[in-house]
Amino acid sequence: MLSLDKLKSTGKKATRDGFGAGLKAAGDKHDNVVMLTADLRGSMKSEDFINTYPDRFIQVGISEANMMGIASGLATGGKIPVTTTFANFSTGRVYDQIRQSIAYSDKNVKICASHAGLTLGEDGATHQILEDIGMMRMLPGMTVINPCDYNQTAAAVQAIVEHHGPVYLRFGRPGWPVFIPEDTKFEIGKALPLSEGTDVTIFATGHLVWKAVEAARQLEEEGISVDLINIHTIKPLDEEAVIASAKKTGAVVTCEEHNKYGGLGSAIAECLSKHAPTPQEYVATDDTFGESGTADQLLAKYGLDTPDVVAAVKRVLKRK
Amino acid sequence: MADIQELKKIASQVRRDIIREVYLSQSGHPGGALGNTDLLVALYFEVMKHDPSFNMEAQGEDVFFLSNGHISPVFYSVLARSGYFPKEELKTFREIDSRLQGHPTTHEGLPGVRVASGSLGQGVSVAIGMALSKKMNGDDRTVFVLTGDGEQQEGQIWEAALFAPHNKVDNLVLIIDDNGQQIDGPTQEVLELGSFADKYKAFGWDIMRMNGNDMEETVKVLKEAAAKRNGKPTCIVMDTEMGMGVDFMVGTHHWHGKAPDKEQAHTALDQLEETLGDFAAEGI
Ligand SMILES: Cc1ncc(C[n+]2csc(CCOP(=O)(O)OP(=O)(O)O)c2C)c(N)n1
Ligand SMILES: [Mg+2]
Repeated sequence: MLSLDKLKSTGKKATRDGFGAGLKAAGDKHDNVVMLTADLRGSMKSEDFINTYPDRFIQVGISEANMMGIASGLATGGKIPVTTTFANFSTGRVYDQIRQSIAYSDKNVKICASHAGLTLGEDGATHQILEDIGMMRMLPGMTVINPCDYNQTAAAVQAIVEHHGPVYLRFGRPGWPVFIPEDTKFEIGKALPLSEGTDVTIFATGHLVWKAVEAARQLEEEGISVDLINIHTIKPLDEEAVIASAKKTGAVVTCEEHNKYGGLGSAIAECLSKHAPTPQEYVATDDTFGESGTADQLLAKYGLDTPDVVAAVKRVLKRK
Repeated sequence: MADIQELKKIASQVRRDIIREVYLSQSGHPGGALGNTDLLVALYFEVMKHDPSFNMEAQGEDVFFLSNGHISPVFYSVLARSGYFPKEELKTFREIDSRLQGHPTTHEGLPGVRVASGSLGQGVSVAIGMALSKKMNGDDRTVFVLTGDGEQQEGQIWEAALFAPHNKVDNLVLIIDDNGQQIDGPTQEVLELGSFADKYKAFGWDIMRMNGNDMEETVKVLKEAAAKRNGKPTCIVMDTEMGMGVDFMVGTHHWHGKAPDKEQAHTALDQLEETLGDFAAEGI
């Protein structure tokens, strides 16, 4: 069982680097893993895989729709295609191609998306998708995963390759604290408890898990006991874990680098409104596009920083 | 008659602006911006009729769309230098709370920008729509749109390529920046594009060619293209060198999306004459 004192940052590494490491390991184990990219191989940090398995690497050029179709065909022929590009071009750009040729057709395609959310920084709103979890979550049969650090991303890649069915794996650009112990088991669809508490539950996904850890430390110091749960798999949601914690604490905060509509907060609210109605506060973007800036500036400006998590907890405790 | 020397002086200043913008923000895309500088200067300072007081609908004006939005530093410089907004604003490029977003947008109300771009492959369709609206409005001015060559790999481009000749959108000039480079390397290695001239000709476009780093030729060809109304859209296949004007950036994809450090920035600026006065900024 993890706890706050075990969650120490061992330095910063990008989750996309974790993707690259995980892909190489998955490729070593499974010779039907094939990587595709749309003119962004450098950004995907997968040179290890590409150099070791050049025959299992496909460069499609800047043609994401084509990439999704080719992936569907490769899957039809028994391969495990891993598509790679930025999160916006992995989802919004190609939604119908994914919907028809992959999701509706039950294809075993792994859609791996870097540069999700605000933290890609200076490129700005055209690239900062904050709606992708929602879009992908609405597709029947799609598994949606947003790992929180390098280690978890690497482990997630292995797990999705061994899971049969379409998956959306979302990760990011910047260096980020590595704090999930390397030997932590990654199970698709299983919530990962990070700290046990009784006053409030924080459900967090992706980069914001680290912010939630920092917030939980502050709150514990103030005598507020936090049940901190990492929801790396947003779909299928670990409803049992969500309901149990909400019933125990009676107050919920959700944290994600995504719009407040459609993402983790929505998934939790949908579950709890049916099974255990609980006051909930959202740490998420407030139905807005992003903008250029550094990752830290943007997280602060758009209300996704540690103080925002602390404030959300205090708000929800008043509603208990 | 165009004063080519004058235009070249402006281009030198615009190239300085690009280097300084990208250096200050330590992010952005200098390579394509430098390569397309002569084109944008020719358009905004010689070829296009346009009004920097900026009216979105651009009645009676020529219009330019930047589909390859990542080369925003050149777009912003040319807009500022032709009076759309103060040149001092260039120092805010890619900073938080700026109107000069990483990729151009209408969202912050920057004068001169008519549609967001950055996600590649969408601008030609938008330009077609604008050109059609001009025809419907009885406005005979011309719509220009620029795309990268790598950008031409997007499928939507070819939907647009099919549409424009069929619908006789002859007030449209598509310029393809045929610099032979994209992010992952030379276009030949990433995904061969073959002959744009042959492809667009087969789709029913008029083809023109120019060296987009030769100011005199660029002005001449653009003027000819703009004047033409023969029932066919025009595609200008434009040769440029990525990074043109800065010796260590020329002809390679390595400077597609990378900022120079201080020493590199100064080396670059030493090669570019300050002709109109730099925008004020600290640290460079
Ligand atoms: C739809 C989409 N896919 C991928 C990208 C990422 N991207 C930005 S620029 C670029 C390369 C563009 O090549 P080209 O059009 O030749 O421009 P150049 O590198 O010559 O400036 C890519 C792949 C993007 N912005 N939009
Ligand atoms: Mg190019």
